[in-house]
Amino acid sequence: MKTPIQFLLNGEEVATFVESGANLLDTLREAVGDLSVKGGCWQGTCGTCTVLVDGSPRLSCLTLAESCAGRAIETTAGLRRGPDLHPLQSAFMERFAAQCGYCTPGMLMAAKALLDKNPNPTRENVVDAISGNVCRCTGYEPIINAVLDAAGGNSRRA
Amino acid sequence: MSVSVKTFPHLADAAGALSRERNARFLGGGTLVMRAVNEADPAIETIVRSTDPALTHIGLSSARVELGAGVTMAAILAERELSYLHPVARIIGGPAVREAATVGGNLFAPAPYGDFAAALLALDATVTLAGGFGQRELPLDELLSRRERGATLVASVAFRRPANDTFRFVKVTRVHPKGVSIMSISAQLPLASGRVSGARIAYGAMGPAPLRAKAAERALEGRTLDAAGVAPALAAAHEGTSPTDNALGSAWWRREILPVYLRRLLLGEQTARHA
Repeated sequence: MKTPIQFLLNGEEVATFVESGANLLDTLREAVGDLSVKGGCWQGTCGTCTVLVDGSPRLSCLTLAESCAGRAIETTAGLRRGPDLHPLQSAFMERFAAQCGYCTPGMLMAAKALLDKNPNPTRENVVDAISGNVCRCTGYEPIINAVLDAAGGNSRRA
Repeated sequence: MSVSVKTFPHLADAAGALSRERNARFLGGGTLVMRAVNEADPAIETIVRSTDPALTHIGLSSARVELGAGVTMAAILAERELSYLHPVARIIGGPAVREAATVGGNLFAPAPYGDFAAALLALDATVTLAGGFGQRELPLDELLSRRERGATLVASVAFRRPANDTFRFVKVTRVHPKGVSIMSISAQLPLASGRVSGARIAYGAMGPAPLRAKAAERALEGRTLDAAGVAPALAAAHEGTSPTDNALGSAWWRREILPVYLRRLLLGEQTARHA
């Protein structure tokens, strides 16, 4: 049985039908066509499917799609504004924080959740913010440095 | 095979559906149930949800604390009055898990998960069960001893607010800052004239469900929290435990390190998180 739901995806209204019991990850990728969200484990272990729901990080593989009706969802597809990359995306490029790329969408969204609430985090804050995200290349140091760089940009922009 | 999803505005109706529907599971934060659904677990045919605001209520109006079963770890971390529980909530998953994982769900998390349930045991918590014909209260350890049987819907948990600095917690894990428990130990250690009076100690991951260390509690009664005073409790630390082997550590090793971490916790030498 399919159920109609509506939500905001990266600021735009989306209406779709979801299979009963479907998770948000499969709904975004297969029903809505947002392929920026990546699936890794479908067990809530790897964090690569992290999206923001009403500004908070959520594992889309463990989120019932129907529970997102009326919510605001953000994915990496919504980070870029026109030709300009999001500061986090730029910092990831400059710091070589994306190696195989498996974890990158989840890392970006976990980092965005942090910087949206705490624009000037400590290194410990960053480590905690990405603690639910697995980097298979074990490239955590460049990722942490990239998030701190993006945050440094925040303070320079302030 | 898809599952059917039934959403109810009132918890009592959800409880009725949970007991009525075939192979129904209640969806809290989704960290357990959605994982099973993703794996096409045939034991789940119906997901029951409730949007009842009582589920996310935090009651702090008196010495008694009440947490709706749908209160998340993130909500606990956001509540300053629950600061004694912050070390427990902070080490449950990463931020995305903490936004979803609920108090009620943790009561049903299989070992080695369930550290928050162990902490609630040490706080002598009671649970209120929702049913189609009303609610009833029972001790948490009673629920934990029979949690695998039948459809049970927890509405809330309640406990007396611990006196200042009497609640202690340690989680032993290999991965930092987020890792699955090798074990966790929670303790409430009220003192009367410098001696322990009415201690509560609970273990996570030392059996199929969180459990009270009743022998250690008895051995600690009337003792001082120094090396000589805690020795009898350490000697009784293993009573009632039944740890298992898993990829993180053997049962033998868990038994070996249990009194070590219990001693450090009782003597106040242990931080909340340790390898």
